[in-house]
Amino acid sequence: MNDVLDVTLRLLIVFVVFLAFPLVVGQTEHKVMAHMQGRLGPMYAGGFHGWAQLVADGVKFAQKEDVVPAGADRRIFQLAPAVALLPYLLVLVAIPIGPGEGAVGQAVDAGIFFVLAVMGVGVLGSLMAGWASANKFSLLGGLRTAAQLLAYELPMLLAAASVAMAAGTVSLPGILDAFEWWWLPWQIVGAIVFFVAGLAELQRPPFDMPVADSEIIFGAYTEYTGLRFALFLLAEYAGIVVLCGLTTVLFLGGWHGPWGADGLGWVWTLLKTAVLAFIVIWLRVTYPRLREDQLQKLSWTLLVPLALAQIALTGIVKVVIS
Amino acid sequence: MTLSATAGRLAAEVTTSAAAETHGFLSPTGVEISFVLVGLVTFGAALVTVTTRQLVHAALWLVVTLGGLAVEYLLLTAEFIAWVQVLIYVGSVVVLLLFGLMLTRAPIGRSPDADSGNRWAALTVAVVSAAALVWVVVDAFRTTWIDLDGPAAGATAVTGASLFQNWVLPFEALSVLLLAALVGAIVLSRKTTPGTTADPSTGKAPTAGAPAKPGPAKSRPAAEPESARARTGEVGPAEPEPAEARPAKAGTGEPRPTAPRTDEGGVR
Repeated sequence: MNDVLDVTLRLLIVFVVFLAFPLVVGQTEHKVMAHMQGRLGPMYAGGFHGWAQLVADGVKFAQKEDVVPAGADRRIFQLAPAVALLPYLLVLVAIPIGPGEGAVGQAVDAGIFFVLAVMGVGVLGSLMAGWASANKFSLLGGLRTAAQLLAYELPMLLAAASVAMAAGTVSLPGILDAFEWWWLPWQIVGAIVFFVAGLAELQRPPFDMPVADSEIIFGAYTEYTGLRFALFLLAEYAGIVVLCGLTTVLFLGGWHGPWGADGLGWVWTLLKTAVLAFIVIWLRVTYPRLREDQLQKLSWTLLVPLALAQIALTGIVKVVIS
Repeated sequence: MTLSATAGRLAAEVTTSAAAETHGFLSPTGVEISFVLVGLVTFGAALVTVTTRQLVHAALWLVVTLGGLAVEYLLLTAEFIAWVQVLIYVGSVVVLLLFGLMLTRAPIGRSPDADSGNRWAALTVAVVSAAALVWVVVDAFRTTWIDLDGPAAGATAVTGASLFQNWVLPFEALSVLLLAALVGAIVLSRKTTPGTTADPSTGKAPTAGAPAKPGPAKSRPAAEPESARARTGEVGPAEPEPAEARPAKAGTGEPRPTAPRTDEGGVR
């Protein structure tokens, strides 16, 4: 009975985090973008600085009619948002936020492979949406999504492999247990490669070619309305939370901090994740969109070699210090 | 690769679980029941994959099949193999498949012309190879049971040790095979028509067309640029060709490596 309660409680917490954190990131994006562009952003919903704007958006989405185009492949069109969203929920279960057994939803033995594999499945949702919409813009968006995923999956995996080599384990809590502060400069190249590749996998600006609204309307999501569209948006922001959390755990030491790592480790994790999420927003406001060929070139000629160099460096240092 | 790794892990396990006589088929445990059920679902999905008349649906049913296999690996405690299966097959192979389908032809609804005249030959080969595999697996493991209560027999550490201690040679042979496939793909994709002055050392247009291009793209290692080129080339048809990929002087007349392949069944 106690075990059942324990598991239920953990899953419940993960679920609440899954629902709440993306909204927090979304609201932060509203406000940060606005202030970076000399605007105020939402100010009215909820009273204090428009804190309830996303709740109001959610209500609006729920009220809209759920339209499926006549020519679309109905079942796959309706299934796609779930395929896009659920993997991030699963990934969140495996991310440890503090030291010890209690601070992770479920300790997975092959944690790195689990999170990367499941995140890769999420992109299938975009592909299904792009194809099933029976719309040329959607199909183009789906194609670009697939091309982008193929290009950026490899550097992401290589960068993660470098950390696994450094720690000698592929379990996420295990990596955090092995972490030392000097891993930060040692793995910094891998960290940047991982973060950039993750951004590209999430199709966040400046890698938002697949949903480039000025060219192909909204890519794979062009035909979606109402709640299903909201689910895709939620998937994007859940993806930001997951990516920032993973980068924190793999490269920034997770719950390790200058002080208070035992009792307040989770604060460090959240703080680092929040800073990374801020950077994600900052990048969106700062950089123009990369063209498709620039996207591919960046991955294959810069990120992959850098990731390989990082693996070589990791291997050399590992042999030297052991 | 996954198959051999699994076989290796199971072979290592044969010695440790000799308590076969305590197991029976008449009182299955929950894990065994779910193993059979997931196996049935996987088998059904595989059948639909090859019989459905909708091309993209076939690819998506393949996702179900491969995911079902991953669950079976999980139930066999081979966690690492399961996630690698999802990562490689669902995350990459099926995405590549869908990409190819969308790039060439992916109609909504049925494709009556998608049937092949080889269906009986294909069925024969499939049944024979399935029978051979089942026979090999059954003969190799007989009544071997995995001990689910102890430490996971297929944990990452166990799999890694088995792979790199007992099965290094097949592993390396497979990687050489993959390398050969990679080289073959590169050779195919940079086929040039006779009479052109393609530089054999690089096989690409001179980069002088973009003198002001910022630096990072210059650092190319030995093996990557060709595959990168092949990938970008495949993206090409949907996108306008980038300015700096064109030769600076049109007179050199070097065709882009993948240009003839953009139409399916194009000029060979």
